[in-house]
Amino acid sequence: MDPIILSRLQFAVATIVHFFYVPLTIGLSFYIAIMETRYVKTGDEKFKRQAQFWGRIFLINFVLGVVTGIALEFQFGTNWALYSKFVGDIFGSLLAIEATLAFFLESTFIGIWAFGWNRVSKKVHLASIWLVAFAGTISALWILLANGFMQHPVGYKLVDGVAKLASFTDVLTNIYGWSMYAHTVFGAFLLTGFLVMGVSAWHLFVGRDVEFFSTSFRLGSCFALCFSILLVISGHHLGQVTAEHQESKFAAMEAVWETQTEAPMHLLKFPHFTSEEGNVVEALAIPGFLSFMAGNDTATTVIGMKDIRPEDRPPVWPIFYSFRLMVGLGFLFLAVAVGTFFVRGMVTSLGWGLWVYILIIPLPYIALQLGWLVTEIGRQPWVVFGLMRTADAGSPPVDWYQILLTLLAMIGVYGAITVTGFTLMIKSALNGPRNQQEHYA
Amino acid sequence: MDWQLVLPAVWFVVWGVLWGVYFVLDGYDLGIAMWVPLLGASSEKERGTMHHVTGPFWDGNEVWLITAGGVTFAAFPLAYAVLFSSLYSPLMILLFCLILRGVCSELRFQWDNITYRWVCDGLIALTSLLAALLLGVAFSNLFRGLPLEFDQAKGFYMFQGNILNLLHPYCLLGGIVFVLMFLVHGALYLGWRVIGDLKDKALYMAKFTWPVFMGLFLIYVILTFTFAGLYKNYLASPLLLALPLLCAILFILSGLELYKKTNMARSLLYSCGGIFTLTMTGVIGMYPNVIPSRLAESGNVTILNAASSTPTLTIMLVVALIFVPIVIIYQIWAHRKLAVTINADY
Repeated sequence: MDPIILSRLQFAVATIVHFFYVPLTIGLSFYIAIMETRYVKTGDEKFKRQAQFWGRIFLINFVLGVVTGIALEFQFGTNWALYSKFVGDIFGSLLAIEATLAFFLESTFIGIWAFGWNRVSKKVHLASIWLVAFAGTISALWILLANGFMQHPVGYKLVDGVAKLASFTDVLTNIYGWSMYAHTVFGAFLLTGFLVMGVSAWHLFVGRDVEFFSTSFRLGSCFALCFSILLVISGHHLGQVTAEHQESKFAAMEAVWETQTEAPMHLLKFPHFTSEEGNVVEALAIPGFLSFMAGNDTATTVIGMKDIRPEDRPPVWPIFYSFRLMVGLGFLFLAVAVGTFFVRGMVTSLGWGLWVYILIIPLPYIALQLGWLVTEIGRQPWVVFGLMRTADAGSPPVDWYQILLTLLAMIGVYGAITVTGFTLMIKSALNGPRNQQEHYA
Repeated sequence: MDWQLVLPAVWFVVWGVLWGVYFVLDGYDLGIAMWVPLLGASSEKERGTMHHVTGPFWDGNEVWLITAGGVTFAAFPLAYAVLFSSLYSPLMILLFCLILRGVCSELRFQWDNITYRWVCDGLIALTSLLAALLLGVAFSNLFRGLPLEFDQAKGFYMFQGNILNLLHPYCLLGGIVFVLMFLVHGALYLGWRVIGDLKDKALYMAKFTWPVFMGLFLIYVILTFTFAGLYKNYLASPLLLALPLLCAILFILSGLELYKKTNMARSLLYSCGGIFTLTMTGVIGMYPNVIPSRLAESGNVTILNAASSTPTLTIMLVVALIFVPIVIIYQIWAHRKLAVTINADY
């Protein structure tokens, strides 16, 4: 078996599972910080119960995110040794700085927060959760700048076949990294908003702790509304950055085969499921709209896949369908969030309508994963876009059966911890704030 | 002095320091986790207490490992690539251990069920034991040198051999020494943090384990002369011998405090110093190799052929000089706030 394929599968498992936890860690820490701020300001115990109830779910989610994150750092070296050697000077330093600046902060202060309710002052306790929240977003920035280098390498020079740092400023101001950062973090907040609304809706539906969950629902709906709008804007920006710097990915996202100006946007479009060129269906065209989306001008040229060398093309259909589905979900979230705004005064009386919020909980998770599938499959066949091919990035000393065995072990271990983790999170969520025991009894 | 040559050396020392701090800090987590099923066999409350002792800190402690790994990647990318791909299987096992240890440490508290908690505690102990063992075996293999050869055709340092080569008796002994070192360290930390029955048990176990550790450690040191080339740097510049000497003194002082005065806090402090100087002794002995090869000079991955560019190393050094002290300050502060004495008998 091909070690590269196995390594890619292994990395896919590791990143996909990791990213089930990351968004909630980023978003929910802010939710908790806001609630605890209200507690410290007003002295009202109900806000403390908010912080504690959601905090318990947060802690389970957090630890799963932490441990699955370690895997990624290992894998660059174990499975992608040639890649690590090639980019270490730039990519490695971003990861090291992330650990020093953000991960220490996050991991130390989450300990203070979880164990410090009775041991540090209210203000220090509050500061701890804010530090955790900020550290999470700072951490995401460094990681996405590192990923940005893989998508759109800047600030490097090639010395003896290795990418060396030429301009740290260029690496830090990489537009691709920043655009992904905005879109990812907004997505994290959106997911958090919908999760909070969904869990609250369940309790409102069964009529337990109505006041408590009305409060949660309200803040959750604020998150959902703000960030579903920001997601559309940041998504549009990321699309344009992609069109400019990764023509092959953009062509795959939109299944564009012929290079054209005034390219139309087809609302209905189905590319072949095989590697065949062209689309089976193209209908409901909006003239010039795709060009407009790519460059804010209908005269913008959109490069078609046929003008990308065959050996440089990513697979079209997974990217195209992932992208369409993600965008569709994004607009669904926007619609639900805006709709919620209009019924905000009568949420408790929505009855069966509350099930909309319960059933929607998994969808932001799916949408965020789809977005990453577009980003990472769309980068293929490159590991560093235009510089190094994924096929040349593996670990020469590692045999395929070692990778296969660890892939299977990883599926087993990740399966077990994910099932356990989600079971406990759901249990905590359904339990509600009333039966809240001491955190670590 | 040429900055371009000094920087990699500075980063090599920083790399060693990160490992040293990691072993000092996570050493007690791993040690206590191994003690849990033994010391808390009869009491769920005592097992809970023991996990409470490390609960607020293990995650922050583990970040030193993440940072040590990250710095290997950033400062010596070639060393990172060669080391992690050569030691593929053991590192993957270490990874799964760290994953299960972390998850179980947090999730054991989330469900009040005796069987569930026993499963978690058992897994934590087992994975901690294995992690300590693997770290010891891995570092002993570094001291001994890996069977590496530079392959011209592949343009990469290839690992000649299989996983069994890594389990040489000297390296296995290194693993056992690590386990015992962390057992003593963990018992001392536990004894410092709790009062009551549990403190007596921890003290007893520390006293019981210390001589076993010291005995095997002595054998390990002697074998190091036979199997590893670590002593060369020390013979070349005898001043450096102060480091291993200090290490020996600190471990002996740790024992003296333990037996003569039964002062756990002091003993722990010396144990921290001992572990740190031990790590540094090993790392300095490897200089200038990050990964020595025991097959050929050309197979050595040195700080010079592996180092990142001067701009990268300079930028990272600035970041490290500013933020690592800050990290140390707030981690000490966190310990002062949360490392309270727990009474397991209440």
